[in-house]
Amino acid sequence: MSQPMVEYLLRLGDDRLILGHRLSEWCGHGPILEEDIATTNIALDLLGHAIMFLRLAGQLEGRGRDEDALAYWRDEQQFRNLQLCELPNGDFGFTTLRQFLFDAWSVHLLEALARSSHAELAAIAAKALKETRYHLRHSGEWVQRLGDGTEESRGRMQAALDELWPWTGELAYQDAVDVALQREGVVPDLESLRKPWEVMVRDVLTRATLSIPEGPPRMTGGRFGRHTEHLGHLLAELQIVARSHPGAKW
Amino acid sequence: MTAPDQWPLWEVFTQPPGGGPHEHAGSLHAPDAELALQNARDTYSRRGEAVSIWVVPSSAITASSPEDVGPFFEPGNDKPYRHPQFYKIPRGGGSE
Repeated sequence: MSQPMVEYLLRLGDDRLILGHRLSEWCGHGPILEEDIATTNIALDLLGHAIMFLRLAGQLEGRGRDEDALAYWRDEQQFRNLQLCELPNGDFGFTTLRQFLFDAWSVHLLEALARSSHAELAAIAAKALKETRYHLRHSGEWVQRLGDGTEESRGRMQAALDELWPWTGELAYQDAVDVALQREGVVPDLESLRKPWEVMVRDVLTRATLSIPEGPPRMTGGRFGRHTEHLGHLLAELQIVARSHPGAKW
Repeated sequence: MTAPDQWPLWEVFTQPPGGGPHEHAGSLHAPDAELALQNARDTYSRRGEAVSIWVVPSSAITASSPEDVGPFFEPGNDKPYRHPQFYKIPRGGGSE
């Protein structure tokens, strides 16, 4: 079961590493000082969660790779994050709505993982869940205020939702990795999380006076290393220092 | 977009772990009370400094003015009998 477990932990870790990096790009560019601080705090939380998942992945893999090796020395096709997480930030509304869609999913997933038969995974999930609940509160409140706000903010949020919604099809993607782990009660059936996620999301979007667009989901692929053209650029920035100065200490 | 400085100002009071009174931590801008509370959490209680937070619209505070310094605060200073120095004054529930 070791390899599916490593693969699954990379998925969990990479989602949070990549999304956390995107949020960190707001540092110094937030719409207002307080929100700049909040956004980058959440980025740090996500980075902390990524470290825990990637560290365990490296340990179980048993090839001597720690979380830094996994973050800095894998190439694009070896990343397992959702494509949703790697999309460029857009405006503050787009970033906030993407965060809300992810946070709502993350809360449901981590709640289930906190009951995992794998003790270490359960402990990490429980720890990450606390902070993720706060992230969801923050992003959810903003989605409602921006959606049910001015004509301009509502227009931007609806445009963001039209763009983002098709990418959420990938949230519940699962394959042989999931099936192998589900048999042993390590991970939940993601299909069973889709409904409660959607109920929660629809409730907030309705209060935000936003409408979910019709149409098919996007093609997926992040879970097996197929990414948008945006991930390569993100990784170039994330990895350049570590790769230019291997083993450097500071 | 309206300028960010048109968001109202809020005063933040935090209560440290282990009891004690809420104390003024600083101020911030926020569009409403719920977001003021969240911003206060991120700005003033990021590392577990507080177990409870109050936010108050700054406009709700009535403050003494600098000209009040004399009439408000000086009369007590030259009357030692006004200072009950013989008593221990409990503070914040006496948790310290």
